[in-house]
Amino acid sequence: MRRCIFLLTVLTVININTYAQLYFTKNGNVNFFSKTILEDIKADNNQVLSVLNIQTGTLRFSLLNNAFHFAKAKMEDDFNENYMESNKYPKSTFNGAINDINNIDFNKDGTYKVNVTGDLMIHGVTKNITIPATISVKNGKISGSSVFNVAAKDYQIKIPTIVTNKIAENIKVTVLCDYEKK
Amino acid sequence: MQFIKFNLIVFILAFLFEKNAAQDTTNFMNQLEKETKAHKTFYTTSIFKYTRIINGHSVENLPAHVLDVRISHRFGPLSKGLYEFFGLDYSPFNVRVGFDYGITNNFMIGGGHNAYQKTYDAFFKIKILKQSSGNITMPVTISFVPTIAINMLKPEVIDPSNKPDSNSKTERLSYVLQLLVARKFSSGFALQVMPTFIYADNFSYNHFKGDLYKREIFSIGMGASQKISRRMSVNAEYYYQLPGTKASSAHNVLSVGLDIGTGGHVFQLLFTNSLGLTEKSFISETPGRWDNGDALFGFNISRVFQLKKRSH
Repeated sequence: MRRCIFLLTVLTVININTYAQLYFTKNGNVNFFSKTILEDIKADNNQVLSVLNIQTGTLRFSLLNNAFHFAKAKMEDDFNENYMESNKYPKSTFNGAINDINNIDFNKDGTYKVNVTGDLMIHGVTKNITIPATISVKNGKISGSSVFNVAAKDYQIKIPTIVTNKIAENIKVTVLCDYEKK
Repeated sequence: MQFIKFNLIVFILAFLFEKNAAQDTTNFMNQLEKETKAHKTFYTTSIFKYTRIINGHSVENLPAHVLDVRISHRFGPLSKGLYEFFGLDYSPFNVRVGFDYGITNNFMIGGGHNAYQKTYDAFFKIKILKQSSGNITMPVTISFVPTIAINMLKPEVIDPSNKPDSNSKTERLSYVLQLLVARKFSSGFALQVMPTFIYADNFSYNHFKGDLYKREIFSIGMGASQKISRRMSVNAEYYYQLPGTKASSAHNVLSVGLDIGTGGHVFQLLFTNSLGLTEKSFISETPGRWDNGDALFGFNISRVFQLKKRSH
C-alpha cells in the first residue's frame, strides 16, 4: 500500500509537471504584408491566442479574422467581406508541433532555429505546412517568431482580376509571440 | 490480490497521464478561446454595402477620415420609347453632385447640389445603436439622419400653380428627420425600416389636400438588401406616405437597384419612379407611377478616398 501511495504521488507530480510545461499568450501578434508595384497592404492582429507545450513541442494558434486592422477602412471591410468571408469563417488556426523540440534547452538563454509542422486553416481550407521559426529563451521568458509566405490561391481566396495588380499572390505573414507560463 | 490492485491503479493513472499529455494543449486552447469570446462584443459589419440603399440612407456610415464623392444621375421615363432612347436623351434629367465625409466611425456629414429645382442639401448621420452579439447583444442598428434642403430657383421661374396662393411668401427651406432601424438577418440579407417626418418648402410641389395646404408629411420607408455574390447585391426601397398627410398628386416611391462594389468604387444601377434626389423630393414629391410607365433608369457612382491613415 505504501508503494501504491508513493506511485500515486509520483504520477500526480508528473501530471502537474506536464501542465506546468504549458505556455500561452492571449495577445500574440500576426501581421501580413502584400507588396505590389501599385499598392502595399499591411494588416495587424494583436489578439492572437497561442499555446505551447515545451515538453512535447505541441503548438497551437487561433485568431479571429476580423481582428486584423488595416490603414484604410475600406480595405478592412473588403478583407472581411470579400476575401476572408469572416462571417462564414471567423477563425484562422494552426495546429502542429515544433519538430526539434528536444534541441531546445528552456533552462538556458539562447536562440534556436527550428522547423514547425502542422495544419494551417485559413478560409475554411486546411493545408499541412512546414515553416522555419525561431524560439528564443531569455531570463526564463520564451518567445517565438516566424516569417513565411501564404498563397491566397492555396486557401481558395479568390482575387478578382480587376485588383490582381494591387494584391500580391504570395502574402508575407509574420508571427511574434511572447509566451507566459500557465 | 494487492498486486493486481496495484497494477490496475498504475494502469489507470498511466492512461490518464497519456491522455492529458495529448489533450492538454487542445483543451487549454478551447478554454482560452471561450474566455476571449465571452469578453468580446462582435459588431455586425456591412449590414448594407453602401451608405445609401438606393435613393435614401442606409444605416451604414463612412469610416473616420473617409471622403466619398458621389454622383447620382436620373434619366427620363422609360415610356418615352426609342426616340428618346428610353429616357436617356430626355430632358429634364436630374444630377446630384455630393460630398460625404466620415468624422468618426459613427458620425458623418454630407452635402450636395441637385440640378432638379436647383436644390442644395446637407445632412448628418449618427449611429445610436449597433447590432452586436457576444458580450453585448443588440438586435438592431439604429441611426438618426436629419436633412436640410434649400430650393434656389429664381423667383421668375417658380411655377405659381405650386403655391396655395400666389401672394404667400416663398419659403425655400425644407427639413427631413429620419430614424433608420436595420437588422442583418443572415450574412446576405438585411432589412431596414425608416420612420420619416418631412417639413416641405412651399413652392417646389403642390402639397394641396382639398383646401388645406399641407407641408408636414409622415412616411414610413422599408428597405432590403440581398447579397447575390461577393461584390454584388440587389436592393429594394419603398417609402409609404401616410394617406392623411400626403399631397393628392404625389405617389409613393419604389426603387429597385443593383450594387456593384469594386473596392474603392461602388456603382448602383437602379430603376425608380422618382426624379428627385433629396429626401424631401423623392419621398413626398414623386408625380410618376410605375404602372404608367413613369419608371426611369438612374445610377449612383461613389468613389471613396482615405484622407488620413488610421492609427490603431
